[in-house]
Amino acid sequence: MKHKVATTINGRKHEHEVEPRLLLVHYIRDVAGLTGTHIGCDTSQCGACTILVDGKAVKSCTMFAVQAEGRQLTTIEGMAKDGQLHPLQQAFWDEHGLQCGYCTPGFIMAAAYLLSQNPNPTEDEIRRGLEGNLCRCTGYVNIIKSVKAAAAAMGGAQAKPAGRSAVTAGGE
Amino acid sequence: MAVSQLVGAKIHRREDPRLITGHGRYTDDLAHSGVLHMAVVRSPHAHARIKSIGVEAAKKAPGVVAVYTAQDFNGVIAGPATHPVAPVFAPEKKANPPRYPIAKEEVCYQGEPVAVVIAEERYQAADGAQLVDVEYEPLPAVMDIEEALKPGSPKAHLDQPDNIAWDATYVPWEATDEAFKNAEVVVKQRILQNRLSPNPMESRVVMAEYDEFDKRLTMWMSTQNPHWIRLFVAGALGLGEHAVRVISHDVGGGFGSKISPYPEDYLVPASAKLTGRAVKWTETRTEAMQNAYAGRGQIYDVEVAAKKDGTLLGMRLTQMLDAGAYIGTFGAFQTCACLLAGGAYKWQAISSRSVAVLTNKITTDPYRGAGRPEATHVAERMVDLVAHEIGMDPAEIRRKNFVKKEEFPYTQNFGLVMDSGDYDGTLDKALKLAGYDQLRKEQEDERKKGKHIGIGLSTWIEICGLGPGAVTGPATGGVVLSESAQVKIHPAGGVSVYVGTHNHGQGNDTTHAQIAADALGVPIDSIDIRHGDTNEGPGFGYGTYGSRSLAVGGVAIARACAKVVDKGKKIAAHVLEAAEDDIVFDQGKFHVKGAPEKSKAMGEVAFAAYGQLPSGMEQGLEAVAYYEPPNFVWPFGAHVCVVEVDTDTGNVELKKYVAVDDCGNIINPMIVDGQLHGGIVQSIGQALYEEMVYDDESGQLRSATFLDYAMPTANEVPDIELDRTITPSPTNELGVKGIGEAGTIAATAAIINAVVDALSPFGIKHVDMPATPDRLWKQIQGAHAMSHDGKEARK
Amino acid sequence: MIPAAFEYARASSVDEAVKLLDQFGDEAKVLAGGHSLIPLMRLRLAQPKALVDINGIKGLDHIEAKGSKLHIGALARHFDIQNSDVVKDKLPILAEVASEVGDNQVRNMGTIGGVLAHADAAGDYPTIALILDADIVTNKRTIAAKDFFQDLFTTPLAANEIVTEVVFPVADGPHKYIKFRRRLFDWAIVGAAAQKMNGGWRIGLTNVGPTPVRASAVEEALHNGAKPDEAALHASDGLNPSGDLRASPEYKKHLARVLTRRAIEQAK
Repeated sequence: MKHKVATTINGRKHEHEVEPRLLLVHYIRDVAGLTGTHIGCDTSQCGACTILVDGKAVKSCTMFAVQAEGRQLTTIEGMAKDGQLHPLQQAFWDEHGLQCGYCTPGFIMAAAYLLSQNPNPTEDEIRRGLEGNLCRCTGYVNIIKSVKAAAAAMGGAQAKPAGRSAVTAGGE
Repeated sequence: MAVSQLVGAKIHRREDPRLITGHGRYTDDLAHSGVLHMAVVRSPHAHARIKSIGVEAAKKAPGVVAVYTAQDFNGVIAGPATHPVAPVFAPEKKANPPRYPIAKEEVCYQGEPVAVVIAEERYQAADGAQLVDVEYEPLPAVMDIEEALKPGSPKAHLDQPDNIAWDATYVPWEATDEAFKNAEVVVKQRILQNRLSPNPMESRVVMAEYDEFDKRLTMWMSTQNPHWIRLFVAGALGLGEHAVRVISHDVGGGFGSKISPYPEDYLVPASAKLTGRAVKWTETRTEAMQNAYAGRGQIYDVEVAAKKDGTLLGMRLTQMLDAGAYIGTFGAFQTCACLLAGGAYKWQAISSRSVAVLTNKITTDPYRGAGRPEATHVAERMVDLVAHEIGMDPAEIRRKNFVKKEEFPYTQNFGLVMDSGDYDGTLDKALKLAGYDQLRKEQEDERKKGKHIGIGLSTWIEICGLGPGAVTGPATGGVVLSESAQVKIHPAGGVSVYVGTHNHGQGNDTTHAQIAADALGVPIDSIDIRHGDTNEGPGFGYGTYGSRSLAVGGVAIARACAKVVDKGKKIAAHVLEAAEDDIVFDQGKFHVKGAPEKSKAMGEVAFAAYGQLPSGMEQGLEAVAYYEPPNFVWPFGAHVCVVEVDTDTGNVELKKYVAVDDCGNIINPMIVDGQLHGGIVQSIGQALYEEMVYDDESGQLRSATFLDYAMPTANEVPDIELDRTITPSPTNELGVKGIGEAGTIAATAAIINAVVDALSPFGIKHVDMPATPDRLWKQIQGAHAMSHDGKEARK
Repeated sequence: MIPAAFEYARASSVDEAVKLLDQFGDEAKVLAGGHSLIPLMRLRLAQPKALVDINGIKGLDHIEAKGSKLHIGALARHFDIQNSDVVKDKLPILAEVASEVGDNQVRNMGTIGGVLAHADAAGDYPTIALILDADIVTNKRTIAAKDFFQDLFTTPLAANEIVTEVVFPVADGPHKYIKFRRRLFDWAIVGAAAQKMNGGWRIGLTNVGPTPVRASAVEEALHNGAKPDEAALHASDGLNPSGDLRASPEYKKHLARVLTRRAIEQAK
């Protein structure tokens, strides 16, 4: 039997009839058509599917779509506003916090949650805050730098325009 | 050539905006109307005979469109699915069992496809797969490569004479007789290379559509080399390459596991042909853990002869390689460890032999570094063992035996020519950066307090930039690993650059644009780098692996640009009414020699190129270049790792990691550093955490999830301090080498040398990977039982 | 991977949940945080016919101190327990344990009731519940922790019985839980808990057998005046752990001793 699920994703209302077993991540990707949220494992470790549910980071592969009834969801597509990148997105770009980019949406969402709880985290707190996300490309070094940079940007100059020249240095 | 403006600069990656906003185009993200979904029924056994396959229940399941087994693909897919290549330089090859995309009578690894279920929806395909009823007769599984070589061992394939895939001697043992006769010190060590799962975060995805009327096949997939896939799939499906288009947009990492073709690469397009509809298959992580081509999985028996003053004389090396159930398409590349185990050092002679063994596990194939991490690990461990034996500092023995800066180009023992290097330079810089002398003092002090600090070095070298035709041609059955690029300058000055390499995280879309922008003297924003579509660009592209995108692909771009500039000179001469020989190209402008004010910009020349030209001159401003490198390129560096081992629990803490590397000229320092970070951490994974573990009896993969296959998280990696030296490569005009695999090639040795160094007071001389707490604890216990020193050290 | 199909119903009260469970029969499961259940369902190692979602039941996520007891609702999330001032004040070891379960995302969803009812040998809460003589309250009865963890994944819970609350004694004395694992988000290879309470020590071990273990021999030795390092040698008395990918039985027994010593020494 199908169940009705009504959610708000990135500020937009969605309503569908779904099978109870439909995983929330498949709902977001295949039904709502928002493919920025990725799937990297079957067992809730990799965090590629991390989204915010009522402001809290969760792994959308470990939740059924029916459980999202009445909830506010935020996915990576909801982070940039009015053509401006979210400071975390800008920082991942600036600090080379991504390589293949597949885990990146999950990291950005996990980091967004971390900064909502702790706007000024230490390096160790950043590492801990990202323990639920796996990256195979970056070795995490620049991801940690990115989150630090975003924290500084959000704390110091939240209204700063996101645009930035592509060339930041003329050499080493 | 234009004055360099962008090459060498930290340019933000051009591919990032879509990736950080959730607008990447990974294959599973692509919508396709009416697409069917495929689920694969796989063997739960490592080795079994298929007695029967019941498909009726599955066929009746809701949404199921078709269930296919091997016989259904008769006449659709031809011949063995993959075309194994010969080991490089291998004179002997014994057994190469034919591999089909779907098992007929015998399954030879857990996960081998037995049937496919095609359904309207993803969930329905999964349900259907559960309903396929396969009856198996389990057969003994061959899991241990040494057991597999014993007479009377069960066979991994019933129809093969034994389990030897190949047995190749590169240089016979007699060649090292003299070195060992003159030896004052001989050290022997068995070194294990743990089997690894590559685990790009995106598992594989294949979607295909076959147009019955135009006889055209289109495939979208996650691959490192779409042209190779086109070659293989077109052949197997009886289509011309012109009729097959392989598109690979964004790819979520590869690390070698997306080079060779897989069964699904054939089963998806064949199913699309059979059903007449588009078909998609998205691999689950569980499938990927079982079926992605694995890395390493080798045993090395090594013997080194040396003098008491630390002079290295000879090495004898046997590589026993777990080939898996079928020889990987590029699996033989791993034998390069046999040619490179001498490392950065001078030797009188080295003998080596590779024995590859068929087992009932998934195939091994190149995984980041492929043979070179193993070679480094052998060289660096053995040099440390000699140093320990004669009481010499590990840094000193390295300096004593390095190939010296002035000796390049240096022909090493296997005839390979190391192009350039300054091994003392990177070591000196790394030791200084790490504060080596101070670290040694601290180590001594801490030991007195009962703390076990270890310092490990790895002065690694690498051979990359695959590769010169004389070497790569014979290894691939005739295809030389050159690279292609096409540069088109459109009438209004926009530039499209088509490359045969593939970007799946390396940042090529940025670095390649930097090269083209400088070569053409145009703004980077006017350049579009295009890859991953076999319908675009030159006739063949060779893909991205073996740290080749820059050292081979980048040079092809530079050469195609140079051809365009040459054509531009002709056109500029016409427009400027000067002789072609008098035209100078500088910083994006063509001008008459001695008269810089008389000039035309590239864009103006481009517009003219499509207009009226003198007779005999063709319109257009575009060029194709293929670049076959005359040699490999040889990056190198020195890594220093500091660990502390908790000898009560066996836990290793990484305290410090310093790396000074040299990859020749740098296109984008930010990207170079990123590649190193990632490579080093992948190596931390191998050294301390990761291992594919199978049940010896049943052949079942026990490390089948990200819980049990423990890749490091942000918490397990130390701060990594990087620095570099720059020794340009003489092999190519850009002076570049490669950096994609360097970190992975270098780091295991530094980490394990540090762990061994920490435990040396216990008399421990070698530690295998992964150096997990339980393994180290057990070794420390063994050492306690054997040595009084251990007791002393423990206090 | 994709779970098999099931029926789904949301309960808004414990009574309704019980009614639904009765209605669906033996093959129904309770869905709380879902972080043990859903991965098993995705791998199709669990294929319940129905799920009764109890997340919407009001009043099951309370955290309250009443006299010498700390009452924690079954639906309290790890995140809530970790950050609760009441828990930090009345039973700080529990807040520490909660902060080390899984990762941020898991802690936002996972519940204490779910962990207890799942009765995984590697679960951390069960060890704390056991050594502190916590009571596990269901819709039918109150079960002492020592009677609750019967075997691996085995509890006395009936098919239509739901954990509603766990009641701990207040214990704010010196304490330490050491969760030894390879990566921060991993399960414990072995865990050791030490809690000073009413003048005596409570010592417990995680993942050294099918159920949590109370190291009574260590407690007794400490009671009789043994020093921590001597007492801790008894931590492996009577243990018969099974080996796994991370640890051999001998190594687990060794870790039980080392970690117990460290937990006692580091307790504060």
